Amino acid sequence: MKTTITLNVNGEEREVDVEPSDTLLDVLRAKIGVKSPKVGCERGDCGSCTVLLDGKSVRSCLVLAIEADGQGVITVEGLARDGANELQEAFVETNAFQCGFCAPGTVLSVSELLAKNPSPTVEEIKESISGNLCRCTGYEPIVEAVLTLTGKGTK
Amino acid sequence: MPIAHEFDYVKPASLEEAVAILAERPGAQVLAGGTDLVGWLRDEFVEPSVLVDIKGLDGLHGIEFADGILSIGSLTTFTELIESETVRSHAPLLYEMGRTVASTGIRNRATVVGNICSAVPCCDAGPVLLVYDAIVHATGIAGARTIPIREWFVGNKRTVLPPDEIVTGVTIRLPMCGHGAAYVKLGRYRGEDLAQASVAVVSLPGNAYRIAFGAVAATPVRAQRIEAVLEGRELDQSAVDAAKGLVPEETSPITDVRASQEYRELMLPIMLERGLRAAVARRDGEGPEYGTRFI
Repeated sequence: MKTTITLNVNGEEREVDVEPSDTLLDVLRAKIGVKSPKVGCERGDCGSCTVLLDGKSVRSCLVLAIEADGQGVITVEGLARDGANELQEAFVETNAFQCGFCAPGTVLSVSELLAKNPSPTVEEIKESISGNLCRCTGYEPIVEAVLTLTGKGTK
Repeated sequence: MPIAHEFDYVKPASLEEAVAILAERPGAQVLAGGTDLVGWLRDEFVEPSVLVDIKGLDGLHGIEFADGILSIGSLTTFTELIESETVRSHAPLLYEMGRTVASTGIRNRATVVGNICSAVPCCDAGPVLLVYDAIVHATGIAGARTIPIREWFVGNKRTVLPPDEIVTGVTIRLPMCGHGAAYVKLGRYRGEDLAQASVAVVSLPGNAYRIAFGAVAATPVRAQRIEAVLEGRELDQSAVDAAKGLVPEETSPITDVRASQEYRELMLPIMLERGLRAAVARRDGEGPEYGTRFI
C-alpha cells in the first residue's frame, strides 16, 4: 500500500509516495533524482550506496524508505552545494577519485569520521573506509587525501 | 534488484501494541536494524505479511550496568555498543567483538540483539554472549519471560523464539572477580566480511575458562569438553595442547564460499591458543589492550 513519507534530502523537504518494499536507495535515485548513491552489490557489502541518515552513514540498499520517514538524508550532492568542499578538493589533489564509482560513499564515510574525530590516525581513516570497496584499489590516495586535509601531511 | 514480495509496514508506539500486532497478524515479522532482514526480503528467504518496526519503542534503547548485571536493550546498535564507556570498562570483550563487526555503515544500523535473532552461524555476538551465559528477555501477548542463551540457538538462522514474541534485550551477569577475555575472529578482509571462524574465551581467577566457537557448526557452540579439560589448570603448554587436541570434538566446520573445511580445521586450534593466552594475560593485568586483532 502506497504511503506518503517526508524526507529531508540535502536540506530540502521532499514528500514522496513509497511502497513499504521500496529501499531508500531506489527512492533516492528513481523518485527523488539523487544519483550519487550507487547501486552496487545490494547486500551491504560494497558501500557504494552509502548515505548519511540523520548524520550517520548507512547502507541505503539495506534501509527501507518508509523507515526513514521524517529523517534527514545527506548525499555528496548535499556536500557540494557551493562547489566541492574541502574534503572533495583534497580527494582531487591526491588523485583519490579514479573511476569514481565508490567515491560518493567513500567521501561520506570519511565525512562521518571527520565530524567525530577531526584528526584521525591512518588506522582510523582505514577503518572508516573499510566498508567502501574501491575496485580501482585506490585506497592509498584516499588515506593521503584525508591526511592532507587534516594537516598531517602525506604518509 | 527491487524487493518483489509485498508487505505492510507498521511502526507501533508501545511494546503492548507491537506484541498485539504480532499475535493478531500471521506472518508478521519484527524489524529492527534490518541489515540482515532487508537482504533476506530481497532474496525472498522471508516473505512476511507485515513488518513491525520496533525502532519507535524507546524503552528498548540503552546500555546499563547495575548490581553486576549488564543490560543491553534490543535497539542497541553495534556502534552504540563499542562507543559505550560502560561496556569498555565492565565488559571489554563486547567492545572487542563489536569492533570486528562489518564496518561503520553496518554497525550504525545493525543491533546486537538482531545479530542473535538472525542466528546466522557466524554471528559475532553469539559466542561472546555464550561465554557470559547471557539471558535473553522476550515479551509476547502472554507476558515476559527469559531464555538462557544456551537454549537460544536451535539451527542455522533458527532460534527458540516463536514468531509472536519480541526480544526486549539481553542481560549478562558479569563475573564479580577480575576476569580476562578475548575474541579472535578469522576473516578474509576487514570491512564487511563475515567470520570464517571465531572463538570467544573468558578466563576466571582459579583457572576456570569459558570458551565458545562461531561459524564452525550450525549454531554458535560452547566448548564444554575443552572447558572441563582446562578446569583448575594453569595455562602451560600441556594444557594448551590438551585444549587444542579437543577442537575437532567440539566443532564441525563445513566448506562454504568463505573458507574450506580444511582451512577452518587448521586455523581453529591456533585461534584457540591465541585467545586462551590473551584472556589469561588480560586476567593477570597484562596482555594486549582490548580491540587488538589476534589473527
